[in-house]
Amino acid sequence: MTLHLTNTAKTFSDGTRALLPIELTVKTGEIMSLLGPSGCGKTTLLRIIAGLETPDTGSQIFFDDDDVTLQQVEDRKVGMVFQSYALFPNMSVRGNIGYGLKMQKLAPDKANARINEVLEMCQLEKLALRSIKALSGGQRQRVALARAIAPRPRILLLDEPLSALDASLREVLRDELAVLLRKFNITAIFVTHDQAEAMAIADRVAVMDHGTIVQSGTPEELYRNPQSMFVAKFVGSAMLLDGSCKGKKLTLAGGVQDLPKNTTDELVFVRAEDVHISKKGSLTGTVQTTTFLGTHYRIGISGIASGVLTSILAGQTAPNIGDTVKVSINPEALLILPNGAHKE
Amino acid sequence: MIKSKAKLLQLTVTLTACAFLFIPTVMSVMAGVTANYFKGISSGVTLKWVFQVWELYADSIFLSLWLALACLVVTFIIGLPAAYGLARHPGWFSRVLEEFISLPLAVPGLALALALLQLYGTMKGFRTSWTFILVGHVLYTLPFMVRSILAVLAAMDLKTLEEAAASLGASPPRRFLNIVVPNAMPGILAGALTVVTLSIGEFNLTWMLHTPYLKTLPVGLADSYASMRLEIASAYTLIFFIMIVPLLMAMQWASSRAQRIAN
Repeated sequence: MTLHLTNTAKTFSDGTRALLPIELTVKTGEIMSLLGPSGCGKTTLLRIIAGLETPDTGSQIFFDDDDVTLQQVEDRKVGMVFQSYALFPNMSVRGNIGYGLKMQKLAPDKANARINEVLEMCQLEKLALRSIKALSGGQRQRVALARAIAPRPRILLLDEPLSALDASLREVLRDELAVLLRKFNITAIFVTHDQAEAMAIADRVAVMDHGTIVQSGTPEELYRNPQSMFVAKFVGSAMLLDGSCKGKKLTLAGGVQDLPKNTTDELVFVRAEDVHISKKGSLTGTVQTTTFLGTHYRIGISGIASGVLTSILAGQTAPNIGDTVKVSINPEALLILPNGAHKE
Repeated sequence: MIKSKAKLLQLTVTLTACAFLFIPTVMSVMAGVTANYFKGISSGVTLKWVFQVWELYADSIFLSLWLALACLVVTFIIGLPAAYGLARHPGWFSRVLEEFISLPLAVPGLALALALLQLYGTMKGFRTSWTFILVGHVLYTLPFMVRSILAVLAAMDLKTLEEAAASLGASPPRRFLNIVVPNAMPGILAGALTVVTLSIGEFNLTWMLHTPYLKTLPVGLADSYASMRLEIASAYTLIFFIMIVPLLMAMQWASSRAQRIAN
């Protein structure tokens, strides 16, 4: 199913504009992620698509050619996975998964077959008769997903489905979720504030800020060609190199950096993996922090830009705190973005 | 066994307190089965008085049971939607409303009864019917029903659970029946037992509202104390105990269960 939103906005009764008029199309079978900091309107947008929130007049929501703008949530045939999972405590795992089918008045034998199929897909066969109180966080998440998918919804909506889990579990389940969603072969929208999550799961990511979509594209596009300072910072935590530009040179507190093109009024950003500590470097800074992360070190360097510059160092040893180091940055790796396009 | 003097002291105090409470009860119950109280238990053990109470006051007992049941039905019908409404719309207004419902607890039963009499006393048919007492009982027991359901409902994320049901295609009445009611059940059960127990034992209000033809169990008790021989009054107490103690125990069990869920 193709989802199409035009001019969709939401103003709350207290006058807060949670969502500015938005256009959005999600193609059949596509997994789209809405990514943004809390309060950016991503959950509001998801709830509008679900029918749990009424958009402002003038908004239009289409599921294929079906205008669902005025449809109640129970008639929209959407599957939703809530942040807290919202499993029904008065029902077993099977009862939860079968609830949507019961509402559709599916014949019992067909419903049972469907439940078994979904249980198997989500590897829940052994837990079918358990009470939901006796499940772990990861199991609950799978039950919530199974329950949402069982009635064959037109679209699957997931509201931060991983945020209720322990950090150690989150990464494993993130990959598991990506595999499952593709197995379902369904149009899905996935809300998250974690860029790594969005990148790992989605085919396409829409970055949201202050109630609008600031940029959307594949994870690669967003990472390599951010169009604003906000996206650069939010996706892949780019760091600002603040200095004065003149022609192809950028003069920083810690030295002069070459630029790939003539730049005057723009902002220059760099990502940690492109900041190299090397003796031949043209920039000089002081080591502030070193963090050992197993495969690499994260080194915080001050004195180059006004903020601390982070460098990823793959090696056996790290410089000591307080050492003076030389840093080189490949001009091609720099992100040059328009100034003031987006305030943060 | 007894490790120290402190332990011994604790035990003594506890047992003394228990004895202080139990002995009069036991004495009273024994008086109810004693052939002649003034001669003591040596005069023989009999169930004569118990049967006599039954003959005299069976109507009161049935009226009380009937009232308790009716009271339960009414408080359930009013209380469940009320608790649901309060749980779904938390805010200062709900808090005020909740306090307002609880007001009959703070007002003495006598004052409540007087108000009812002033307002409805002139409506003869209503005044002399059992439903008049029922109104008083409902006023008095409703807050217990509402609060115990509310406690269970407030402990869960009702809004999200309902949204989940809605996204699965459940209409509002279905959500209420499939999600709200089953999950509120421990609170309903605890509330129901409280309502029945309180209604059966209620004296204050009922004494003011009753007519000579409509005596409830506790009113009959007072009547037997005032006008019958001591053995009959004691036998009455015995019957009262037999009815109320199992209810109290069930109530304890249900409310501890509801509390476990609420936490």
